[in-house]
Amino acid sequence: MNLADHLPALQVALPLLTAPLVILLRTGFLAWLAALLASLASLGLALLLTAAVLETGTQHYAVGGWQPPFGIALTVDGLSALVLLLITGASSLALAGGRQSLRLDIDNRRAPMFYGAWLIAMAGLCGIAVAGDAFNVFVFMEISSLATYILIAAGRDRRALSAVFKYLIIGTIGATFYLIGVGFIYMMTGTLNFADMALRLNDVIETRPIIIAAGFITIGLALKAAIFPLHIWLPRAYTYAPNAVTVFIAACSTKVSIYVLLRFNYAVFHGNLLGHSDLFAVFIIPLALSGILLASAIAIYQGNLKKMLAFSSVAQIGYIALAAGLASQTGLVAALLHMFNHALAKGTLFLCVVAFVLTSRSATIANLHGIGRRMPWTMAAFVLAGLSLVGVPGTAGFISKWYLVVAVMEVPGWGVPLVVAIIASSLMAVVYLWKFVEVAYYGEAPGDDTAAMEVALPLRTLIWVAALSNVYFGLFPQLPLALAQSGSGTLLGGLN
Amino acid sequence: MKLLGLFNYWVFAVLLMIGLAALISRQNLVKKIMALAIFQSAVFLFFITMSKIENGTAPIIQAGVDNQVFSNPLPQVLILTAIVVGISTTALGLAIAVRLYEEYGTIEDNEILAMDRKP
Repeated sequence: MNLADHLPALQVALPLLTAPLVILLRTGFLAWLAALLASLASLGLALLLTAAVLETGTQHYAVGGWQPPFGIALTVDGLSALVLLLITGASSLALAGGRQSLRLDIDNRRAPMFYGAWLIAMAGLCGIAVAGDAFNVFVFMEISSLATYILIAAGRDRRALSAVFKYLIIGTIGATFYLIGVGFIYMMTGTLNFADMALRLNDVIETRPIIIAAGFITIGLALKAAIFPLHIWLPRAYTYAPNAVTVFIAACSTKVSIYVLLRFNYAVFHGNLLGHSDLFAVFIIPLALSGILLASAIAIYQGNLKKMLAFSSVAQIGYIALAAGLASQTGLVAALLHMFNHALAKGTLFLCVVAFVLTSRSATIANLHGIGRRMPWTMAAFVLAGLSLVGVPGTAGFISKWYLVVAVMEVPGWGVPLVVAIIASSLMAVVYLWKFVEVAYYGEAPGDDTAAMEVALPLRTLIWVAALSNVYFGLFPQLPLALAQSGSGTLLGGLN
Repeated sequence: MKLLGLFNYWVFAVLLMIGLAALISRQNLVKKIMALAIFQSAVFLFFITMSKIENGTAPIIQAGVDNQVFSNPLPQVLILTAIVVGISTTALGLAIAVRLYEEYGTIEDNEILAMDRKP
């Protein structure tokens, strides 16, 4: 067995084992460098895994050589590979771009601990993506959540503390609900392995506990994924977290919960539980629709740039949930693509916020008047990523919106109203982004100070790399598309 | 008899609801953490109960003893892990409550929110 066979295990082990080493480092700079290198190495591993998945299909790994269903299985298919790319990419981007901002937000004395927690959060998220059984997903979910709470609370803004307390309570309720659901399934099937569970569900004659389990799992994960109206923890947590942390968690943490939601509802329940797809659609589509419309509307009235983007995230999660609820191949492809594209756009937008706050010390829109003329490069990147968020042709956002509209049109009778809702929400996205763009370009700078104050070149370059990747994946969407198609195939149990 | 046989499951449901109700209705952060602990303990009880069968013993094969009935050890192992997770969550929650007390001088949720709203 050579090293390449151990990729799924290394994906989790590398950041998890680097974390204690990072804590031992004495200075913030060294800890940051080590965390960045570990994060980039994880990105490399994720790319290798993606290549392996595209070449030879789903990768299986039996921990310690114990074969599933008795041993612990790690499974990496197209869907997991997509999520892994998101997690490691977002972490690398946030760490590389966040050095200056994190130096201001975190005490140098406590910085090694902070970067240690960062790596543990990343390891936990990667663990969720590779785990092949329900209980390991729970453990990794809690590992990543606990570390994320620490990251959010680590900044200097005291409001982060009450925000994170709320997140902790709601996150734990979500995870415990998930655990109850897993318990009911284990009671009926005697297995925790996803693949094995799907096989044995057929033999379960009494299905009421399974339906209860499906309910607990779906609601628990919807809490963690911040599906409207279960999103109440999200806006404050995103707003008051250190800016670089927001880049990381906004790009991937809720997406990972949606990943588990999809894994359970499709790979396990869909097709094995009579009428489950209809129930799931009836539950999730109204919530998704109200999220798409209401959260976008709320975003318009926010005076804080980060809070506006946070509410926009809730709306975007609505798109993903809507696409997922359609229970069709196109719908799932749209959901997975939108997971990827939204992470690209939101990661870039929050990275621009990092730059804005570095120079002007505030994320309040009122204090950012005239910022577009003072920081032309960063602002242009913000506009580009904003266009992708809206879904303008030529950007990544357009591809997933296109797939979403196609999937929605397949729904008999409901196609047109759903498309109208999607377009209305996209227009609201134009409104809330324009509200900021307008004051940024045409507003009078506070104190009539119009001197240029761009951030340092490395961060500016990084912002532009991120912004251009939105265009790149809009023109050449082959990679995410291939992964989304193979992922939706596994979810529906067709291919593979 | 049927009711008594399901006694543990009733306790699970009641504890779960006590925890959830207290989480929603209490403003004191430490009480919220206590409620969370009760809520999680209910789930531990649920897992342990389902693994136990009548006359079941620890799954150790003994020479010369036939017809042994074993309790399923797996849920107990799972719950051992879940207890560790629960303790970490409680510890982190209390640590945040301490930080909140240092910053705001109170651990009442509504008072903290009121102070946040003031500019």
